[in-house]
Amino acid sequence: MSLDLPTRADHQKTASANTPPRTPRGRGEGRERPARRSGALPGTVASYVTMVVAVAVMSVPLVWMLFASFKQPDEIYSIPLQWLPGSFAPDNYAQVADTLPIGRLFLNSLGLTIVGSGLKMLLGLCCAYALVFLEFPGKKIVFGVVIFALLIPQQITIIPNYTLVASLGWLNTYQGILVPGLASAFGTFLFRQHFLTLPVSILEAAALDGAGHWRRLWGFVLPMSLPTIAAVGLVSMVAEWNEYLWPFLVVDNAELMTLPVGLTLLQNVDGLNNWGVLMAATVLVTAPILAVFLVLQRRLVAGLTAGAVTG
Amino acid sequence: MSYLTFIALAGPNVALLVVFVYKPLVQSFQYSTLQWNIGSPTARSVGLGNYVDWFQDPRTPEILTTTAIFTITTVGGSLVLGLLLALLLNQRLAGRGIARTVAFAPYVLSGIAVGMLWLFIFDPRYGLMSTVLAWIGLNSPDWYNDGPWALAMVIIVYLWKNIGYVALIYLAGLQAVPQDLRDAAALDGASSRRTLVSIVLPLLGPTTFFLSVTTLLSSLQSFDIIHAMTKGGPLGSTTTLMYQIYQESFVSGRAGYASAVATILFGILLVITLVQLKFVERKVHY
Repeated sequence: MSLDLPTRADHQKTASANTPPRTPRGRGEGRERPARRSGALPGTVASYVTMVVAVAVMSVPLVWMLFASFKQPDEIYSIPLQWLPGSFAPDNYAQVADTLPIGRLFLNSLGLTIVGSGLKMLLGLCCAYALVFLEFPGKKIVFGVVIFALLIPQQITIIPNYTLVASLGWLNTYQGILVPGLASAFGTFLFRQHFLTLPVSILEAAALDGAGHWRRLWGFVLPMSLPTIAAVGLVSMVAEWNEYLWPFLVVDNAELMTLPVGLTLLQNVDGLNNWGVLMAATVLVTAPILAVFLVLQRRLVAGLTAGAVTG
Repeated sequence: MSYLTFIALAGPNVALLVVFVYKPLVQSFQYSTLQWNIGSPTARSVGLGNYVDWFQDPRTPEILTTTAIFTITTVGGSLVLGLLLALLLNQRLAGRGIARTVAFAPYVLSGIAVGMLWLFIFDPRYGLMSTVLAWIGLNSPDWYNDGPWALAMVIIVYLWKNIGYVALIYLAGLQAVPQDLRDAAALDGASSRRTLVSIVLPLLGPTTFFLSVTTLLSSLQSFDIIHAMTKGGPLGSTTTLMYQIYQESFVSGRAGYASAVATILFGILLVITLVQLKFVERKVHY
C-alpha cells in the first residue's frame, strides 16, 4: 500500500538533456532508509493533523462516490445528509446496465487499452532499437521527427485527423479510435535513453553468436529493459483507459463506446436528477484503474518520475 | 541490409507520426485560412480572415481572461500545495506511505469521472460541499449557475486531481537533496526553517522548473473536467481556449475558425516549450 519513490540521487544532473537518465528501478534501491534520508524532523502533532486533513480531502470524495452509488434517491435527496446508504443492494448498478451496454463498454475499454498500449510499446521499442543499434544515413533526422512530435499537442491535430478518419469511413469503428493515437514519441524517447545505457558488449557477443537483430531485440535488449518497459507501459495504459476527447468524437454508437464516453452519454440521458446511478457508473469507470494503481503503483510511479527526469 | 532492417523497425512508427501528427499540423494551418464547416464539401479561402475575426470578436478578451485565470491558479495552486504536501509527507510520519498513495490516487483517474463525482459534491442543495460549508457557517454559492463560482469550481477540481502528481515529483526531488548538506547546516546551527529556505528550496529549482512547464502545458490543454462539469458555461464563463476549439469545431461546426484558434494556442504552447528548452540547454538550474 505504501508509496515508495525510486531513488534519484543524481536528479539535478539528469535534468539536463545530454546526460543519459537513470531509469528508476523499483526493487531494492527504491526502499527508503527513514533514519537517514528523510526530513530532519520527526513528526509533530501539527504535522499529523495536517496529514489527516490532507488524506481526508483526497479520499472522502471517493468514499462519498462509493456510498452514493448504493443510495436510493430519497437517501441522496435528504437534508441533513445521510452518510451511509440504507443497504448495499446494487440497484443503481442494475439501472446503469439497463441504460448502457455496460459489459460491452467495459470490454471496449479493456480491449482498446491493451491493444492500444501494446502496439504503442511495440512501435516504440522497435523504433528505439533502430535508433540506437542500427546505422542509417538520416538517423538524426528520424530522431528529430520523433522528438519534435512531442511538442505538437493533440488539439492542433484533432480537426484534420477527424476529417481523415471520416473520409476513410472509420467513424464508429475501433480502428478509428485506435490508429491515430498509436504513434509513439514519448515512449520511443524514453526507450532510446534507456537503450543507450545498456552494455554494448553483450549485444556484440550475441551478434558473434549469430543472433539477428530481431533476436537481439527480444532475447537481450528486452529482458534488460523490463523495469523501463513496465513503467512506460503502465503510464500508457492509464492514459489509454482515461482517454476521452478522441473516442468521444469518433464514436456515437453505444456498442463501440469506451467507459468514459458512456459515462457522459448516461449524464445526457439521465440528466442530473439521478446521482445514484451516475455515481454507480463513475465507480465502474474509476474502480479498475484504482485497483491497478494500488497493486502496481511503484512501477507506475517509476514511469512518471522517469518522465520528470528526462523532461 | 542494415538500412532495410532500420526501415522495417523504425518505419511504422515514423510513418504513423507523419500521417497522424505532422500532416495534420500542416493541414491545420491550411484550414485556418478557410471559411469551412466540418464535414462540408466546400470551403472558401479567407486568408487571415479567421485570425482577424478572432482578434475582433468581443468574446475573445473574456476567453483569454478565463484561460489566464484558470491556468495561473491551477499552475500556481498545484505547485504551492504540491510542494507543501511533499514537505509534509517527507517527514518521518507514521502512515505517510498510505497518505502518499491516497494523495496520488486521483491523478490516475479519468478526468470525466472526476468531474462527474465533483459535480455531485458541488450540488448546491444536496451536495457534500454545502454541508461542509454549513459546518463553518457559510452558505453554498450557486456553483452551477454563477459564472465566477463555476470557474472556481472547475479550478478546485483540477487542483484536487493534479496535486498528487506535483507532490510526487517534489518528493522525488526532495530525496535527491543530499543529507550531508542538511547535516552540515544543522551542525552550523541553522534552524530547520532556515535549512528549508536556504538549502532545500534552491536545490528544488530544477524540479520546480520542470513542474511549472509540464503543469502549464497540461493546464492549457485541459478538457475533460470542464466538459464533464460545465461544458464551458454558464454563459461561457468557464470556456478556455482549448474548450473554445472544441466548441467551434464540433458544436458550431466552424472548423476553419477553430483551426485558427488552435494555431494560436499552438503558438502559445510552442513559445513555452522553447523557453523551457533554452533553459535546459543553458543548464540554469539554481
